[in-house]
Amino acid sequence: MKPATLPQAFAILLRRDLTLAYRRRSEMINPLLFFVLVTALFPLGIGADPELLRNIGPGIIWVAALLASLLSLETVFRSDFDDGSLEQLLLSPHPLSVLMIAKVLAHWLITGLPLLVVAPLLAVLLNLSGDATATLLITLALGTPVLSLIGAIGVALTVGLRKGGTILSLLVLPLYVPVLIFAASAVANSDAGLPVNAHLSLLAALLVLSISLSPAATAASLRISMS
Amino acid sequence: MLRFFHQLASPRHFYRISGKLIPWLALACLVFTLTGVYQGLVVAPTDYQQGDSYRIMFIHVPAAWMSLFIYMVMAAAGVIGLVWHIKLAEIVAISSAHIGASFTFLALITGSIWGKPMWGTWWVWDARLTSELILLFLYLGVIALYNAVEDRRTAARATSILALVGVVNIPIIHYSVEWWNTLHQGPTVTKFDAPSIDLRMLIPLLLMAVAFKIFYAVVLLLRARVEVLQRERNSAWVQELVKEHE
Amino acid sequence: MNDFFHMGGYAVYVWSSYGIALLVLLANVIAPVRARRKLLSQLARSKQRARRMQR
Repeated sequence: MKPATLPQAFAILLRRDLTLAYRRRSEMINPLLFFVLVTALFPLGIGADPELLRNIGPGIIWVAALLASLLSLETVFRSDFDDGSLEQLLLSPHPLSVLMIAKVLAHWLITGLPLLVVAPLLAVLLNLSGDATATLLITLALGTPVLSLIGAIGVALTVGLRKGGTILSLLVLPLYVPVLIFAASAVANSDAGLPVNAHLSLLAALLVLSISLSPAATAASLRISMS
Repeated sequence: MLRFFHQLASPRHFYRISGKLIPWLALACLVFTLTGVYQGLVVAPTDYQQGDSYRIMFIHVPAAWMSLFIYMVMAAAGVIGLVWHIKLAEIVAISSAHIGASFTFLALITGSIWGKPMWGTWWVWDARLTSELILLFLYLGVIALYNAVEDRRTAARATSILALVGVVNIPIIHYSVEWWNTLHQGPTVTKFDAPSIDLRMLIPLLLMAVAFKIFYAVVLLLRARVEVLQRERNSAWVQELVKEHE
Repeated sequence: MNDFFHMGGYAVYVWSSYGIALLVLLANVIAPVRARRKLLSQLARSKQRARRMQR
């Protein structure tokens, strides 16, 4: 049998992760429900004044997205770690950082993309305007991959640990701050009818930066914590 | 010269040399601190806008400088440890984390105390205070990760990576927080940067900055010595040392 | 002298800041010194235990 080329390996890994996720789809739906539920709790906690909700809506949706993405992070490597396929991955002749992109891409398709699908519903709940909803979708499309990419480093560092889950949030959440700031203020700006180009360019820049740096850091972290 | 550094990198010589160095550094630190505090509290004139409350600056600003400086040192030592597998660099990196966290904590607390008479509340989401707060979380993350990993070597290497990721992110976080601040509060004149500062105020500020730097060196050596002992506990020279201690 | 301690009405803020700074710095020095002492006596004890086991 001929060994797989790098694009083949990438595709195989991606397809494998998507298939595995599809088999456990009831588990995959939990972070999504969490996203909706957390957002729905805020009006109950602070009152349902439409103007108020409209003001804080962008921030709430983005904080909820942050937490939902954090919640789903652990699944990036956990099952692979449990069944030993992670060690096989480390032995692969292909560059680990490229394979990490496949892992993160699969994870984003499973957990990040669904957030985009339900986000319009939450925008309606929080009384956001049509423009703001469109901006929300764009920021989620640009921002959630960054969350997955940064989060992967944190998961790779904590993969073998018993208390990994609690530490993960401490490692990852401070690094999420720029995404939260740019994305939430973009949505708020567009709700107020102000331009959002600068925000979106900055988010895109963050995405480019994290795509270029994070896979290598993830690969290095994984090698260290599996050693 | 090269040989000196090579020796320093060996745990045994590091332990010996640092033991001789610490008293002198501690003395220098004490001298700088005492003159700095004296200059800051007695010699420096009262500020015409903030009264005497500005004297908190002589603690707050050097502590804030240290909080960033130590993070840079930690990341640099981490890289050296990762690339060249130098144990001592790993030890420097992880020993720095605790000291950096306490300077960050100090900067936050004094900033908050300073803010009370200036702003009327203990906490304002001022750009610099917010950045310091996030920096504190970054430090705590490093410490938590180090404590969670059982094997010391693995833990040191993992935290080095985390510190490196943090260093890339710190400018981005700082910039985003500053941007967020101007967006939400309007351009406020921050009290922290005075455009022109009286020389009698500048001198104690610089003295305290030097004092904190030396203090960092002292505590770093103290902490590194304990780490070295712990890692080399089974070696002959540590056993020798234990015999003296008995 | 009284003026000095009064700090133009900001005494509480200024002195508490310097006090907290002193505490934080002291804690930083004390922690490694104590850790070293503890480690040394711990090593000494395990050494004695090893010696007893040999006999």
